[in-house]
Amino acid sequence: MRRLLRHKLFVTGSILVGLVTFGAIFADLLTIADPTRMSVRTRFEPPSLEYIFGTDNFGRSQWARVLYGARLSLMIGLGVVVLNAIFGTLVGALAGYFKSLDNILMRVADAFMAFPVILLAIGITAALGPSSVNAVIALAAVYTPRTARVVRASVLVAREMEYVQAARACGAGDWRIIRRHVMPNCMAPLIVQLTFIFAYAVLSEAVLSFLGLGAQPPTPTWGNIIAEGRQYIREAPWITVIPGLVLAATVLGLNLLGDGLRDVLDPRLKVQQ
Amino acid sequence: MIAYIIRRLLYVIPVLFVVSLISFSLMQLVPGDPAIVIAGTGASPAEVALIREQLGLNEPFHVQLLSWYANLFRGDLGTSLLLGRDVIEVTVERLPVSLSIAFYALVLTLIFGIIMGIIAALRQNSWVDQAVMTVALIGVSLPNFWLALILIVLFAVELGWLPSAGYVDYRVDFVGWLRATTLPAVSLAMLQMGLLARITRSTMLEVLRQDYIRTARAKGLPEHVVVGKHALKNVMIPVVTVIGIIFSVLLSGSVVIETIFSIPGVGSLLGSAILRRDYPVIQGGLLLVATMLLLLNLLIDILYAYFDPRVRYGRD
Repeated sequence: MRRLLRHKLFVTGSILVGLVTFGAIFADLLTIADPTRMSVRTRFEPPSLEYIFGTDNFGRSQWARVLYGARLSLMIGLGVVVLNAIFGTLVGALAGYFKSLDNILMRVADAFMAFPVILLAIGITAALGPSSVNAVIALAAVYTPRTARVVRASVLVAREMEYVQAARACGAGDWRIIRRHVMPNCMAPLIVQLTFIFAYAVLSEAVLSFLGLGAQPPTPTWGNIIAEGRQYIREAPWITVIPGLVLAATVLGLNLLGDGLRDVLDPRLKVQQ
Repeated sequence: MIAYIIRRLLYVIPVLFVVSLISFSLMQLVPGDPAIVIAGTGASPAEVALIREQLGLNEPFHVQLLSWYANLFRGDLGTSLLLGRDVIEVTVERLPVSLSIAFYALVLTLIFGIIMGIIAALRQNSWVDQAVMTVALIGVSLPNFWLALILIVLFAVELGWLPSAGYVDYRVDFVGWLRATTLPAVSLAMLQMGLLARITRSTMLEVLRQDYIRTARAKGLPEHVVVGKHALKNVMIPVVTVIGIIFSVLLSGSVVIETIFSIPGVGSLLGSAILRRDYPVIQGGLLLVATMLLLLNLLIDILYAYFDPRVRYGRD
C-alpha cells in the first residue's frame, strides 16, 4: 500500500477516478437541476457561475447531464468488469487447468478476438436492441475472452508449482486446488487486467452511445451528449468539448491506476520507470 | 519452417469456423421476429412475409446455417437488403478505401510511436522522457470520435486547411487523397501511437542494458550506430508482433471515424448495415473483416518465425 501511495502516477489516477466517482455517486447533491428538464430561455448558455458547464440546445444544465452521465458510464464500466471477472476467470481457469478443455475454449476465444472490438460490440448491441444493459452484455462478450487469456496464462504457470503438485498428491480435488491454490496466484494480473478493461469499457460505451446504441435520449450519457452537441460545435463548443474532456480524464485516470497496480502488484511486468 | 507454417494453418481452420458461426449467429440474437425488425415500422404483413421468405427465416436454425455455408463455399454471401447488391462485391469495392486509411494511420503510428519511444528511452527520467510519455498517455485516453470532431473544427472549419468530410481515390488524385484522409488517419492513429511509444520505450530500455550494447559502446562505436543499428533491430521484434493488433484496432475505429468523415469505406458500410439491420451485409462483412485480420496475423506469425528461428521450435 505504501508503495502504491509513493507511485506518483497511481496517486494522480486515483484522484481523477475518485473525483469522477464522487461526482457520479453524489450527482443528486451536487446539482439540483434535472438533467432532462428543458427550458427555452436558457438555451446555449456558455459556462458561467450559474451554469458551470453551460447549457445545451434544449437549455438543459450540462453540469447535471455530465454528472448523471458519469453515473451511467461508471455503472456500465463496472458491470462489464464484474461480468469479465466472473466469466473471464471461469473460462481462463478451466482452459488453463484442464488440458482437454484448453484447445476448444481458446479457439473460441481466438475467434471472438479476431473481430475488431467496436465492430463486434455494435453488432451485438444492434442485434439485442440499443440500451445500456445490452451495451454491458455486448462489451462483456467482447472483452471476456481477453480476460480469460490473461487468467489462463497465470493458471498455466501456477498449475506446475510444486505446492500445487503437493496438494494434488495429498488428494485434494481439482476444484479445491483451483480455488485455494491456483486462483490466489492469478489475482494480481487479473486485477490489473480488469482496471484496463474498465478504461476500455468506458471508452467503448461512449462510442456505442455516440452511435445511438447505448442508453437512449433523454437519458444523458457522455457519448450521446457529444453526439447531440456535434451539430452546434461551432456556436456552443462546450456541449461537445466538456463531456469529451471528462471522458478522457476518466479513461486517463483508470489507465494510470492500471499502470500503478501493475508496477506494484506484478513487478515482472513493470514498465521501467 | 514448412512444418511450422502447416501447424499455423491447421490452427487457423477451427478459429475460422467459429468466426463464421459467430458472424452468422448474430442475426439469431434479435429478439422476436427479425423479419419484422428488418422490414421496419409500417411494413405490411406481405412485405414481412417476403423478407422472411427471402432470408429463409422460415427454416430452422441448422438449415439456415447449412445453406449459408453452402453459399459461402460458392463465394456467395447473399444480397444487401438496403443496396440490393452482392455483399462480397460491395465489401470488396469499399475495402481499398478503408485499407488505405488504415495503412496511412499505421504508418503514422509506427513512425511517431517508435520515434517517441526511442527518444523517451534515450533520455530516461529527464523532462523530455516525462513530456513524451505524458503525451503518449493522453493519446491512449482520448476518445477517437471526440478527437475527430475537435480536429474537424480546428483544421477544417476554423483554419480551412483540410476538408471536413469526403474521400478522394488515391489512384485518381494522390494529393487529394492525402488531404481527405489526414484528419481521419490522425484520429485513428492517436491511441495506438501512445501504446506503441510505451512499448518501444520499455523494450529499448531493456535492450540498452544488454551486454552486447555495452560491447558495442566499449569498442568505441558512436551512439547513433549503437542505437540505430544494434539496439533498434531487437526493439523491432515486439513492435512487429503488435502490428496485427494495431491494424485490428485501426479497422475497428474506422466504423465510427468513417461515419463522422462520411468516407465510403467498409467501416461506414458495416456501421450503417448494423444500425439498419442489413443482415447479409453484417454477416458477410464481419466474416470478411475477421478472416482478413486472422490471415494478417498468420502472415505476421510466419514472418516472425522466419526472422526469429527460436519461435519455430519453442512456442505453440
